[in-house]
Amino acid sequence: MNPDIIKYKTGEKILLKGNEAFAEGTVRAGCRFFAGYPITPQNEIPEYLSWRLFEVGGTFIQAESEVSAINMIYGAASCGARALTSSSGPGISLKQEGISYIASAELPFLYANVMRGGPGLGNIAPCQSDYFQATRGGGHGDYRIIVLAPDSAYEMGNFPKLAYDTAEKYRNPCMILADGLIGQMMEPLEFNFDFVDVEKIPSKDYVVGNCKGREMRVINTLHMSTDILEKHNWDLYRKYEKIKAEFTLFEEKYTDDADIIIVAYGTAARISMAAIMKGREQGIKIGLLRPITLWPFPEKIISQLAQKVGKVLAVEMNTGQLVEDVQMAVNGKAEVYFYGRPGGNIPTGDEILGVAKDALKMKNVEPGKINVLNKL
Amino acid sequence: MKQEIILAGFGGQGVIKAGVLLAYAAMKENKRCTHFPSYGAEMRGGTANCSVIISDLLISSPVIGEADTVIAMNEPSLIKFEPRLKKGGLLIYNSSIIASKPKRSDIELLAVPANEIAESVGSAKSANMVVVGAYIAKTKIVSPESVKLSIPIVFPGKEAFLTININAVDKGMAVVK
Repeated sequence: MNPDIIKYKTGEKILLKGNEAFAEGTVRAGCRFFAGYPITPQNEIPEYLSWRLFEVGGTFIQAESEVSAINMIYGAASCGARALTSSSGPGISLKQEGISYIASAELPFLYANVMRGGPGLGNIAPCQSDYFQATRGGGHGDYRIIVLAPDSAYEMGNFPKLAYDTAEKYRNPCMILADGLIGQMMEPLEFNFDFVDVEKIPSKDYVVGNCKGREMRVINTLHMSTDILEKHNWDLYRKYEKIKAEFTLFEEKYTDDADIIIVAYGTAARISMAAIMKGREQGIKIGLLRPITLWPFPEKIISQLAQKVGKVLAVEMNTGQLVEDVQMAVNGKAEVYFYGRPGGNIPTGDEILGVAKDALKMKNVEPGKINVLNKL
Repeated sequence: MKQEIILAGFGGQGVIKAGVLLAYAAMKENKRCTHFPSYGAEMRGGTANCSVIISDLLISSPVIGEADTVIAMNEPSLIKFEPRLKKGGLLIYNSSIIASKPKRSDIELLAVPANEIAESVGSAKSANMVVVGAYIAKTKIVSPESVKLSIPIVFPGKEAFLTININAVDKGMAVVK
């Protein structure tokens, strides 16, 4: 590897937008193929890669559409490349058909959804509107995607390595679910992993291309025999169960003495921390459970904390999606509250502290039922 | 110490980059910082703005509720962001092109003829550096040295303007005396 392509030293402090940190992180983690189509608020990713991939001898393609881009990714992943696409809600919707095919073909690749307001064309402001789409597979069929939810430029920069390694370990697509704020915000970060030498990534025994002298391999998602497809479905199921058992990530803060636990991810988790810090100054004890993997969902720890603390508040920038997973994890054993800001509006720390205080005051609440704290 | 700053002006005045410069200088001093720009349609023709937070402690939210400082480079920005200042906050405004007076009496005012000063150092485009100078002289949130050392990194390929930009920062600082 030519050492000139290493842009930043490991541990070197740099100032980048979340989107730029993610783009550099993917290159650093070995991505050498990007295909995508522009959409706000993720445009810094293709913009950055359009020159950066050129520097490292990779391929950047602005496709004629999202559908075309995702099928280029299918091809690149079939050949064993660390492939990447990125978009925002409307574009991810268009890519779902291809993502379903790649999930069925059990090929690893990485994609990012930098979420904006929806449904429909919505707007370009930060939002967490696509949680359901991300955590339930998103496209047709019966499959799952590994979903990582960064809350900082640091995680945007460093998750790509974790994502590619995990995607290749399980032969499964992996996605980064960020939002316009995480993508557009600039803050200091450093890379915690060394620049990956792509020539040293072990070749995969399931990829196609260069087949001279070996047996033919087939990548296919059409299984006309019901028995063969059922077996494939159960094979996928077993894989997903293995991922659930082995790869569930979360962060806990101030949960030891908390009277209420906020469950939130990404931007909502960051802003909830402002509420938690201010609450502590006033003697109000709020804890945070931040799911880092949204699928697999950290249901065990939420279940344990819910039983211990008795009150759980899901904070989201939508009208209530993650809260349904929280409700399932709580399983009727604690009070469940929800506060949401959809449409691209971002809650403030004071606002979240206010609703946490409201939830703490509420008495005789039916356990397990979702109590919406927005004044509608 | 914590400063929450909103910088606003019209597209082309360099308010976003001025914010990046402050964030970069803060990083150089091992402070925590976030920079969140307005993005999208409003950047063409209308007002552009960014929120910068500089702190000794971890920054939870990059979103500013009430600002410690507002730097308004044009009239629409003054109208839009003067109400966002906290009581006792600092309003720095570009008096070269803002004709009206700020309305509030519970805030500190600092009028900076940024365009005129910028022209006097050789480039009207350095008006953003003038207000950065005034801001750091007033708040001392980052040192002038950190800002000046950050200029060539934040504005790569603009070496020809380096001296002009540094002079603009100095002249801006001199407004605060």
